[in-house]
Amino acid sequence: MNKDMKILIVDDFSTMRRIIKNLLRDLGFTNVKEADDGNTALPMLNSEPFDFLVTDWNMPGMTGIDLLRAVRADERLKHLPVLMVTAEAKREQIIEAAQAGVNGYVVKPFTALALKEKIEKIFERVNG
Amino acid sequence: MESTNNSLGEFESTLKKHAQELVESLERGRFGEAVQLIHQLNQTRDRGLYQEVGKLTRELHSAIVNFQIDPAMPQAEEVSQITDAAERLSYVVRLTEGAANRTMDLAEACTPVLNDLASEAQSLSADWQRFMRREVAAPEFRELVKRVDSFLTHSAEGNQKVAGHINDIVLAQDYQDLTGQVIKRVTTLVTEVESNLLKLVLMASQVDRFAGIEHDHQQLRAEKDQEKHPTRGEGPQIHADKREDVVSSQDDVDDLLSSLGF
Repeated sequence: MNKDMKILIVDDFSTMRRIIKNLLRDLGFTNVKEADDGNTALPMLNSEPFDFLVTDWNMPGMTGIDLLRAVRADERLKHLPVLMVTAEAKREQIIEAAQAGVNGYVVKPFTALALKEKIEKIFERVNG
Repeated sequence: MESTNNSLGEFESTLKKHAQELVESLERGRFGEAVQLIHQLNQTRDRGLYQEVGKLTRELHSAIVNFQIDPAMPQAEEVSQITDAAERLSYVVRLTEGAANRTMDLAEACTPVLNDLASEAQSLSADWQRFMRREVAAPEFRELVKRVDSFLTHSAEGNQKVAGHINDIVLAQDYQDLTGQVIKRVTTLVTEVESNLLKLVLMASQVDRFAGIEHDHQQLRAEKDQEKHPTRGEGPQIHADKREDVVSSQDDVDDLLSSLGF
């Protein structure tokens, strides 16, 4: 896994962004940027290349599921690996995210190990 | 509710009695009497309806007074309990966010102290092993003694720093007491509001019965279901372990996704 890859974290709570950022740093990823909802994330994704997107679901403005759909609908972004880290825990929501093309789904509250496993699994598949 | 049942009962029994009389009058061709009966029926119904609407209005008024909302003075300094509750909850958000950031700041401040001590200990340990194997000459030994001395000082300082940070991390959890009190008060208010609303709904349903209004429950339910559509997100599930449609752990998520071929 390329430790220099550029990661975008999207969550409306700054503390949650910070927690995810710290966990990613412990895993060796330091090239990280932040956005607080889909509306701020999309222009960033369009203006600079990212290798990985970590997003919450429930956010004011544009939600994570809509961001995911927008990414998959965009010719240049559609292959971007997306990990959803969210408190949304209904089965139909997880199925919805899977159908929208999510690469991994972590429910909050989560452990450092769960996040690490999902990220490794996603890149195993993307690279393999 | 006792008087409502009485007035409704009176209306229904009048309705039954008059209906029979009405049929009899019509069969006997006494149209004047029939019209009179219809008029009486209308009067009873109107009286009940006015009574119920009156009660509903009074109840609504007292509910508004209870919530301390003054419609005549929207800029009044005295805010409603609902506005007050919303402010209290944003205070909870502020306080918990502050505590989370403070805790993370302190934990992050510990990391470099510990890392520095660990690397200093590691390099000293290597040289100390060489000293034990008698591989260190006298001038270098004097240097080593100085380094050991300075490490001991650093170690004590670092310990003190980290212990202080840990203490502050514990203190940063004091929000729990304050937010707990606020949330309990808001919970009480919500319960009160709910029971008052329920009373209003019950009264409104009496009005519906007098007025003969029927609601399309299927349509109402459909509208509600649409509001519940999960694209917007629902937030954390509180009774995840008791609900079939909700996953209760990361393992459940993984199982569900792998059953979908992920």
